[in-house]
Amino acid sequence: MKPQLRAVFDPGAIRREFPIFERNPGLVFLDTAASAQKPRAVIDGIAEYYRNDYANIHRGVYALSARSTDRFEAARETVRRFLNAADASEIVFVRGATEGINLVAQSWGASFLAPGDEVVISEMEHHANIVPWQFLRERLGIKLVIAPVDETGGLDLAAFERCFTPRTKLAAVTHIANVTGHVVPVAEVVRIAHAHGAKVLLDGCQAVPRLKVDVRALDCDFYVFSGHKCYGPTGVGVLYGKRALLNAMPPWQGGGDMILTVSFAASTFQEPPHRFEAGTPDISGVIGLAMALDFMESIGRDTIQEHEEALTRHAVEQLSAVPGVRVIGAGAAQIGAVSFEVEGIHPHDLATVFDQKNVAIRAGNHCAQPFMERLGLPATARASFGIYNDEADVAALIGAVRAAQRIFRD
Amino acid sequence: MDLRELYQDIILDHGRHPRNFHALDEPSHFAHGHNPLCGDKVTVYLQLNGEQIDDVSFEGKGCAISTASASLMTEILKGKTLREAEILFGAFHAKVTGGAPVAVPAELEEDEERLDPLTGVKTFPARVKCATLAWHAFEAAVQGGGLAPIKTE
Repeated sequence: MKPQLRAVFDPGAIRREFPIFERNPGLVFLDTAASAQKPRAVIDGIAEYYRNDYANIHRGVYALSARSTDRFEAARETVRRFLNAADASEIVFVRGATEGINLVAQSWGASFLAPGDEVVISEMEHHANIVPWQFLRERLGIKLVIAPVDETGGLDLAAFERCFTPRTKLAAVTHIANVTGHVVPVAEVVRIAHAHGAKVLLDGCQAVPRLKVDVRALDCDFYVFSGHKCYGPTGVGVLYGKRALLNAMPPWQGGGDMILTVSFAASTFQEPPHRFEAGTPDISGVIGLAMALDFMESIGRDTIQEHEEALTRHAVEQLSAVPGVRVIGAGAAQIGAVSFEVEGIHPHDLATVFDQKNVAIRAGNHCAQPFMERLGLPATARASFGIYNDEADVAALIGAVRAAQRIFRD
Repeated sequence: MDLRELYQDIILDHGRHPRNFHALDEPSHFAHGHNPLCGDKVTVYLQLNGEQIDDVSFEGKGCAISTASASLMTEILKGKTLREAEILFGAFHAKVTGGAPVAVPAELEEDEERLDPLTGVKTFPARVKCATLAWHAFEAAVQGGGLAPIKTE
């Protein structure tokens, strides 16, 4: 099933692994930051799992259920290896990064935070790393402290450190900004937070598809990502949590599979990770996610990172060279996404013109309204990249910008 | 569909040089419209004299379609009655969303036709809400407005 290891990286060959490009000839897909396309290995692999091995997990004594359970738990081991976590029990399967953050807020946050305690987030966060903490603020009376970005839109580390007080219990920060593709120096973020006795949650939605993430080297306490952004299916994501933290956290959803015993008087609960996985999970999603991670490994994660860095740099250069185009936050370390403005043309109009040229980009606030407000922009156009993109896609992007400029020329 | 049909000269002109693009000093009614998907924001101001729209203006930041739509709307609605405005919006809404056509009285036909350049959005489903945002804000203003959240497609 697994594609062969390639000595030399060839986006054209990679692209042939993605049926969407066969079925949509000419598609220039530049919206991987929103969701990645799926390789044949994942699409066919999920179908094969349903054909050969499907049954509910952790329940049946029959061989088929045991086989299905084995595949599900093998997927957990694949994720553990992918993140270099110490133990598979530190990998909790959730619906996506959003659910992972909500789980931490509602289980860890509600148990270990007291009124007046502080949670630091940054100005560049996705709504998914803002709203769960606002819920907790409403519920518990915690304080939400916002670490500012600098003029380029990158995290201001000195200002970040000044956000910490003796009441700071958690810093929840993105690994890569989804609007600008800025890489946050997360090792520094973790060091600073730990120096102040706070835990750290990192949002790895944009990082896991592009960087080699090692949670033990980072020493972060929680790490979340979504499967669908790293070439896996929708509906599945991962919460990594250090063993000791997960052990101390109460369940957040009750149901089957997360219990040891249930009586009408009281119930007792499983150890992590199953304590946090109530009900029948997205079994095929989890298995599909493992296939996607294997697919990335088969290409090589260093190769993926080099390719994305080079393509992002190329796109920034090419866009910056077009008169009337401004790249947001150009100059900072950037990977995978480029937000830009074209003078006199609203991003929404750009996206419509682009669509007519078969160039799929994202226009809008990218689920980061406070960040957009800070940048002084109601909306941006964003091109983002995956392993199947190449310089021809950037050329098509530039061609579409020029086409829009012709239409809107005075 | 050709982009030129969507971005006709009249749209580009109103998009770049919107008419009645200012706040009213003492509006009798106003409402904010916001499309959280794309960040478009519009505020519609009204000076109502009973059922009569004495003055209407707008402010905001948006794409060419939403700005042009707001601009054309203010030109057309000035001097109309609320009932006439309702008929025009109904007819326009039906055209851009592909709903059942709404007949307008003869005296409103010319105004309705002025909105035709905007009906190109019906083949661009993601853009329909751009064309209707100002109209929804107008409706919200008439119904009490202020900061009331308004509906978009």
